[in-house]
Amino acid sequence: MSTAEPDARTQPVASKLRPWGLAHHFESLSQQQDASYFGMWIFLVQEIMFFGGLFTAYIVYRTANPTAFALGSDSLDLTLGAVNTAVLIGSSLTMALAVWAAQTGRRRTIVVFIILTILLGGVFLGIKTVEYGHKWHEHHVPGPSFHWDGPEARGVQMFFNLYFAMTGLHALHMVVGMAILAAVAVWAWRGAFTPGNHNLVEGLGLYWHFVDIVWIFLFPLLYLLGRHAG
Amino acid sequence: MKLDFPLFPDSASTFAPQLDGIYFFALAVSTFFSLLIAAAVLYLAVRYRRSEPNAVGKREKAGLWLEISWSVIPLAIMLFMFVWGARVFFDARRPPADAVEYYVTAKQWMWKFQHPEGQREINTLHVPVGQPIVLTMTSEDVIHSFFVPAFRAKMDVLPGRYTRYWFEATKVGTYHLFCAEYCGTEHSLMGGRIVVMEERDYEAWLGGAGSATPRIATGAELFAAKSCTTCHRPDSNLQAPYLEGAFGREAELADGSRVLVDENYLRESILDPTAKVVKGYQPLMPTYQGQLSEEELLQLILYIKSLDGGGPAGGAPTSEAAS
Amino acid sequence: MSSNETAPTNYLNADYGVRSWLFTVDHKRIAILYLIAVTFFFALGGLMAVLIRLELATPAGDLVQADVYNRLFTMHGVLMIFFFLIPAIPGVLGNFLIPIMIGAKDMAFPKVNLASWYVYMAGGLFAAWSMLHGGVDTGWTFYTPFSTAFSNTYVISTAIGGFLAGFSSILTGLNFIVTVHRMRAPGLTWFRLPLFVWSLYATAIVQILATPVLAITLVLLIAERAFRIGIFDPALGGDPVLFQHLFWFYSHPAVYIMILPAFGVISELVSAFARKRIFGYRVVAAASVSIAVLGFLVWGHHMFVSSQSPYAGVIFSLLSMLVAVPSAVKVFNWTATLYEGSVSWETPMLYALGFIGLFTIGGLTGVMLATMGIDIHVHDTYFVVAHFHYVMVGAVLMAYLGGLHFWWPKITGRMYPIFWSKISALLVFVGFNLTFFPQFLLGYLGMPRRYHAYPDEFQVLNVLSSAGATVLGVGYLIPLVYFFWSMRYGKRAGDNPWDAFGLEWETTSPPPTFNFPATPKVTLEAYDYTGRAEARLARTQPVRSSP
Repeated sequence: MSTAEPDARTQPVASKLRPWGLAHHFESLSQQQDASYFGMWIFLVQEIMFFGGLFTAYIVYRTANPTAFALGSDSLDLTLGAVNTAVLIGSSLTMALAVWAAQTGRRRTIVVFIILTILLGGVFLGIKTVEYGHKWHEHHVPGPSFHWDGPEARGVQMFFNLYFAMTGLHALHMVVGMAILAAVAVWAWRGAFTPGNHNLVEGLGLYWHFVDIVWIFLFPLLYLLGRHAG
Repeated sequence: MKLDFPLFPDSASTFAPQLDGIYFFALAVSTFFSLLIAAAVLYLAVRYRRSEPNAVGKREKAGLWLEISWSVIPLAIMLFMFVWGARVFFDARRPPADAVEYYVTAKQWMWKFQHPEGQREINTLHVPVGQPIVLTMTSEDVIHSFFVPAFRAKMDVLPGRYTRYWFEATKVGTYHLFCAEYCGTEHSLMGGRIVVMEERDYEAWLGGAGSATPRIATGAELFAAKSCTTCHRPDSNLQAPYLEGAFGREAELADGSRVLVDENYLRESILDPTAKVVKGYQPLMPTYQGQLSEEELLQLILYIKSLDGGGPAGGAPTSEAAS
Repeated sequence: MSSNETAPTNYLNADYGVRSWLFTVDHKRIAILYLIAVTFFFALGGLMAVLIRLELATPAGDLVQADVYNRLFTMHGVLMIFFFLIPAIPGVLGNFLIPIMIGAKDMAFPKVNLASWYVYMAGGLFAAWSMLHGGVDTGWTFYTPFSTAFSNTYVISTAIGGFLAGFSSILTGLNFIVTVHRMRAPGLTWFRLPLFVWSLYATAIVQILATPVLAITLVLLIAERAFRIGIFDPALGGDPVLFQHLFWFYSHPAVYIMILPAFGVISELVSAFARKRIFGYRVVAAASVSIAVLGFLVWGHHMFVSSQSPYAGVIFSLLSMLVAVPSAVKVFNWTATLYEGSVSWETPMLYALGFIGLFTIGGLTGVMLATMGIDIHVHDTYFVVAHFHYVMVGAVLMAYLGGLHFWWPKITGRMYPIFWSKISALLVFVGFNLTFFPQFLLGYLGMPRRYHAYPDEFQVLNVLSSAGATVLGVGYLIPLVYFFWSMRYGKRAGDNPWDAFGLEWETTSPPPTFNFPATPKVTLEAYDYTGRAEARLARTQPVRSSP
């Protein structure tokens, strides 16, 4: 805040000092912050529609093949799925704490919590890889090598089409989020964020929670719905 | 060079005058409004052209009643067109009960037809005049669309399911058949002719087209040859449902839901037998995927449809809404 | 005002060199980047249209082979829709004008804005790569299972191109929404916004909500084609009609992504050249938003004969009738604006009046197509081709050119030759009608679209159409020449050559990098020409108190 510099080009007459971190085209930090959060919300709306197409396909095919989808659910590992849900919710907590640290200006704490978030994300992806590995060995990956012992093979294959499309796209969103988190951790370490100027951390927090919420929908749809007891 | 320059298509089905009727109404409405707006724009732009360089327009007056009237009047006209159009559309989709069923199988890039009496044709379909005809259509590869401009109707032809198209020709003649859904390299050549003939000429043509086994007989042969009778018979109750009188009724499935036994359900049950198993039976039936051509499937289904067990109101056409 | 000796610093001469353009975050320079790119893609798509019309001059498929023809109309559609019509008005005029019109220094996210151009260019690169390797022949609609299992052309790379163009469109829309919400100058309330801003705001809503669905659909299409997993292929248990639903859920609103900005331009032009507040400002603004919303509920009218349930068809037909109402209201309001106006027949106004005529025909034939009983005959025929060209080429391109002629003096600071510009406006209007009106007749006669060869009796109308296309082509070429010419030799335009109303006319031509010397304050309602005239009068006669 102390290292304010006047922008000669934008304010040729006024001698108003521009706060540090304020981009050339905004009037004030609060306007900049509002715009930044609002932009992230709009982006998330766009993401909802993106996943929405997949959810529509899921609804259509689940309605057409209810039994097959239940069989597909049965073949997934409920324990791993549940653990992953817990891990991801934990990562949302650490992310929220990182945002809190940014709001209160605790530089080291931001970095610690972002690294924790990345680690938990890594655990999630690791478990997901193990699950994918199982499916690969069981020949449940759709395509020419798909094999299903039992009735409704076509319907079950459709379940796995959607399973891989939905979880794969979700995982891709996590990878992108983790890459950006890593960059933000470096900037945070260098002291790029202040209580008045930490849009990036907060925006990223929104994104991470969104990715979490998508999983909160995917888990029951893919693992729980129509699952037979035992 | 003969100048063959029509501006309006032939009209050769009972449906064509209906469609032309609503089209002419819509055309009249469109022409009226187009001319109205063009005239208004030209008149106002000339009448109020700028008199001096610095002139500005008058301040607008409140125009609420104008806004309301030019929202409500077009809406009323359009709703009228909507109702009329929907009625015409449903007429085009509901074949009359006495319609004779022909089969159409489309593939890149030809149309294959089969008459009720079993005769086959490619790209040309001979039909009698004055007889309602319903086409049950499917595709062997991509989506096609059956379009006869003189009959004013078209219907997409999809792989993996049946769609229906009906018409009653009113005029003897030869008419264009087009594929209207883009289907690859020779899409524009995937056409043909519909030859509408007098009843007796048609009979003569059928006779001349060579003796053929009626489709229903072929279906019965297939039913035996593919060993359907092993399980689907009255005394094997525990293995498979007996099919007499099944068509057109609802069946209860293993998961409690109900399904109408129609062409598409029969087709699915032959090709993917475990997908929708009737309640009380085990999913034992093997798939016939790849063992039956589209035409054989149609014949088999025709035979199953014909199995009227003489039960109460068996085979009543409850499946009114086509596809 | 602006003297010839010392040009004041503006966004064009603030910096020089390729880097200063390729790494710019100035919304005006990004608009110029878009202008260059969309012009290139328009020329490319136009070239294909020329070949298509040449081929169709004779009934036999004699100029090009069927496969070549199929690639031509596919790439024509892909280029014109994804790389010209969708980005043209938002990318060029929207980027240039929105911050200026709302008195801001730039978009809310200047770097995202530049990124959207690069993403768009990357998409263009994929499309161009596909074309150079032999193109794609699925039609721009990519219907399955043809696109996933039967076509052996470059479907995947073209789909990636479309995906990227869509993502760019999302970023543009996001930027517009945030900018309009958060960056308005003091005093510029929502109902003082120019209608161009309103219409681009409505467009942005559609871009944000519809485009992601296309993106996921294309991803699934690519996955099905690349890995043989069946989401849409019936041979693999999928449903090809689901693809059509998802595709049209985007692609029908996409029509509004193209036409809504055009509505905005026309509102600006009609108001400026009638020197009068647009009739029913609030109704026109609300109409844009309601078209954007209703536009999401009508996609099924593309599928009346696709085996979709006829009951679903009824709903879609009814809703399509509803979406026509706000469009009709706009046409009536523009016409009513002329009443008691001060109408001048400048070039942009010629384009605007032409737009009203062409859009009326395009809109009314759209109502015909939404009537199920008519659609069953004209669906997938040249009637449809004529209809959507009336809307997308007739209307959108007229608006784009009209807007370009209106704001060209602001963008470049130079004026184009008036005489030639009026000639070209006339040629475009006449040529367009000659080209596409015969296609309505062809369609009702029953000529299906995407036909490379056709029965002889359709020839006369096809020749007429091809001849009209020549006139249309000349009409498009002339502006290309004189716009280039004017950049160097055009007369200096001055800050407000049309004496039009709006913040963009209160800054210099071309505007300085940050648009205004100081943030403007807005005190007048939108298009308040009489209010402005009274204020000017009061300034010249300061003593008299107003009655």
